[in-house]
Amino acid sequence: MITRFLWQGMTRNLRLFVLLVLAVGILVPLSNLLLPPDSAFRMPSWAVQLVGKYLCYASLALAVDLVWGFCGILTLGHAAFFALGGYCMGMYLMRQIGTRGVYGNPILPDFMVFLNYKELPWFWHGFDSFWFAAPMIVLVPSVLALALGWFAFRSRVTGVYLSIITQAMTFALLLAFFRNDMGLGGNNGMTDFKDILGYSVQSDTTRAVLCFVSALALAIFLVISAAIVGSRFGKALTAVRDAESRMRFLGYRVERYKLFVFVLSAAMAGIAGALYVPQVGIINPGEFSPGNSIEAVLWVAVGGRGTLIGPVIGAFIVNFGKTYLTGALPEVWLFALGALFIVVTLLLPKGVVGLWTQVMNRSRERRARAAA
Amino acid sequence: MLLRRPFSVLLSVLASLALAGTALAADLAALVGNLTSGGLGEREAAITALATSGDERAVPILEALGAGQLYIRNSDKLVVIGKVDGNKLALTEAISAKPAGSAVEADLERVRVNNRLRGTIEAAVGSLTLMSPNARTRLNAADALFKRRDATALAALDLALAAEKDPRIKRVMSEARAAIVLATADSPPTQKLAAIALVRERGDRDSLGILKIVAAASDGEVKTAATAGADSIEQALAAWQMAQNVWYGISLGSVLLLAAIGLAITFGTMGVINMAHGEMVMLGAYTTFVVQEVIRTSAPHLFDVSLLIALPLAFVVSGAIGILIERTIIRFLYGRPLDTLLATWGLSLVLQQAVRSIFGSSNREVGAPSWMSGAFQLGQLNITYGRLWIVVFALIVFASLILLLRKTPLGLYMRAVTQNRPMAAAVGIRTPRVDALTFGLGSGIAGLAGVALSQIDNVSPNLGQGYIIDSFMVVVFGGVGNLFGTLIGALTLGVVNKFLEPYAGAVLGKILVLVFIIMFIQRRPRGLFALKGRSVE
Repeated sequence: MITRFLWQGMTRNLRLFVLLVLAVGILVPLSNLLLPPDSAFRMPSWAVQLVGKYLCYASLALAVDLVWGFCGILTLGHAAFFALGGYCMGMYLMRQIGTRGVYGNPILPDFMVFLNYKELPWFWHGFDSFWFAAPMIVLVPSVLALALGWFAFRSRVTGVYLSIITQAMTFALLLAFFRNDMGLGGNNGMTDFKDILGYSVQSDTTRAVLCFVSALALAIFLVISAAIVGSRFGKALTAVRDAESRMRFLGYRVERYKLFVFVLSAAMAGIAGALYVPQVGIINPGEFSPGNSIEAVLWVAVGGRGTLIGPVIGAFIVNFGKTYLTGALPEVWLFALGALFIVVTLLLPKGVVGLWTQVMNRSRERRARAAA
Repeated sequence: MLLRRPFSVLLSVLASLALAGTALAADLAALVGNLTSGGLGEREAAITALATSGDERAVPILEALGAGQLYIRNSDKLVVIGKVDGNKLALTEAISAKPAGSAVEADLERVRVNNRLRGTIEAAVGSLTLMSPNARTRLNAADALFKRRDATALAALDLALAAEKDPRIKRVMSEARAAIVLATADSPPTQKLAAIALVRERGDRDSLGILKIVAAASDGEVKTAATAGADSIEQALAAWQMAQNVWYGISLGSVLLLAAIGLAITFGTMGVINMAHGEMVMLGAYTTFVVQEVIRTSAPHLFDVSLLIALPLAFVVSGAIGILIERTIIRFLYGRPLDTLLATWGLSLVLQQAVRSIFGSSNREVGAPSWMSGAFQLGQLNITYGRLWIVVFALIVFASLILLLRKTPLGLYMRAVTQNRPMAAAVGIRTPRVDALTFGLGSGIAGLAGVALSQIDNVSPNLGQGYIIDSFMVVVFGGVGNLFGTLIGALTLGVVNKFLEPYAGAVLGKILVLVFIIMFIQRRPRGLFALKGRSVE
């Protein structure tokens, strides 16, 4: 039954796209591991890492799209859920360092020794075990989303006000995580990770596996999202987006629909963040900055809001541009990013995917006309 | 023993001082001449005589003598004051206070003093300043005495008190006297009680310190009185501290008001989320910087009015860019508030990078004109002029904006468009024009805010980013579309923030305020003062 539920949302295009994502997730790491170093098709290690990173961003974008594109909630704080998942993973990775830290303390991570902590703060307990950290990665962002959403949706905070609330939330978290008293590394965050599940985070094999897992996660998120969007529930969700008051008058409990999607999306963002941290090797409070969340919204806007493929494509396009431009022409990057925001909202309200559909439709029409 | 000698000398000084009124004021030059001739004994008499003369010009001479800076020039036996200047001494004629060139130490003979003489000199200077014809000098001398609690000055102080006419100075002198009485262990308890009452009435931090020492050192009635006095001062000081916090809060609130008020117009009237609002503030600050640079290079005497010149320019620069943005981007996005949010965010990135490319990413120096530096004391409140002017400026901007909205045709149109856009259009208001002007006005006010903020914040490309979230909080908290809501929202948030700071620290205080606003919006999703009516949905 579950398989049927999951299968119902899969259009032909989406099925192909999920296969493509999985293919990237398999071929890129494999080419790095199996092909000889001088082969033209071998991906260098940094590229594997980069693709892994982009895949995590794509998951975040998909999470944003699920609430914004299908439910009309413009969240300006989704990077906060991403970062919280990342911090949970970071805490687990810190505990794995053990005595290999600079100070060699078997219990306390380096920054705690440095800040004169005598014992582990209570919320650090349990993070030495992956099987405790893993559910936390999902739970912590979900509970925050549940609390925020529960209050906000019940009070019918909508539109711009909700955007501002989510932004205030991520800003407050940014300030909080910058504090050394939080016991989470302060402004330096956490870094110098050694092992994940016993394997070195530096090794090519681990990186390859992480890249694959990121692709797998994205593929699973795509399937789940497609199933939800394609179901009756998804239809109601879209209706909430387009005419919230009307849905309420028809007797739907609008806030429950919103809350469910919001929490699910936060959980997805958390997992994406957790996969992101071991690949980049650092997590710091900068991840909470409001700009990051807004950038994630841009990925969705570029790719195509309200489509499932769009956010993934958008995340890849924008981040590839970012990697290239910040390296080659750092001055230009912010101009380009800013211009992209403006151009997309003004000229491409449906994003790249929307443009593609438009072009396809037009050529189909032309063909039909030619045939007639 | 150590004290007694200067004390007895002082008595003689005072005795002669008492005569000074009747005695003819001796010629200053002659008195100074006596100072430099003869042995130490004669010198003492000469100092006393100088003190008796009541001549204020004697004060710097005596001070120089005490500091070992009084010399006789070998060449012409002129009495000079020498201050070290490089490896030479810059000379001033002692009597006429005119510069007298410079000399090396070998060409001069120092007028010698010993420790005993130094005591005499200090007492003489004290009595001279306490008796000075200049009210300010007397006041400062009395105030200094209150802090020093120098028992040797008691007699001089008594005399000065008897002669003093100005009630304010008299009061400070009696306070100083009280402090001295309290500092002297063997003064009688009745005097001490009276002194405690006086010091208690003064009620500042120094008084608190004095009373605490007295309370610790004495017993019986005096101890009770001193303890009670200290407690009451502590309470009063706590109240002043509260008032000081309120002032800081108002000051922060006025900054928030300045930053948010332009946003309140664009957001409230047009429903446009202008994420580039902070950049308009930044442009205003950079306009100030450019104006000051131009003034510095071409007309330095205008520096004090540089801010006044910058104000209209900043308004025009930011306002013009605002209109340009409205015409080229925002007008295509009306009715899509979330899209404007994204587009203006992009715009803010472009503007930041543009400013960074032109002016560089480092902080730019914007100076404060002389009328904005310094501080004054109001009761126990310490108020800096810069902050005061910003508060005043914010209120002026607010009042002018209210006037503009209520009393001018443009204001009428703007209100009409806010309340009911289709109806306003139907009665012939050109809504696109009003939109453009409104957006220009909001941006222009942001520019004005930039001029003010350039005085208290770093002028850097990131200036605006620091204010955008706070500004949104203020507008949303106060209620969109309601300027008075913005005023009250800004002041409330400012004061709350400053009251949380001492308990929670600056960062945690800010976090608490953010959480408070998030909770508040749940309760009242449309802010403190919500617009009501059908047009809202």
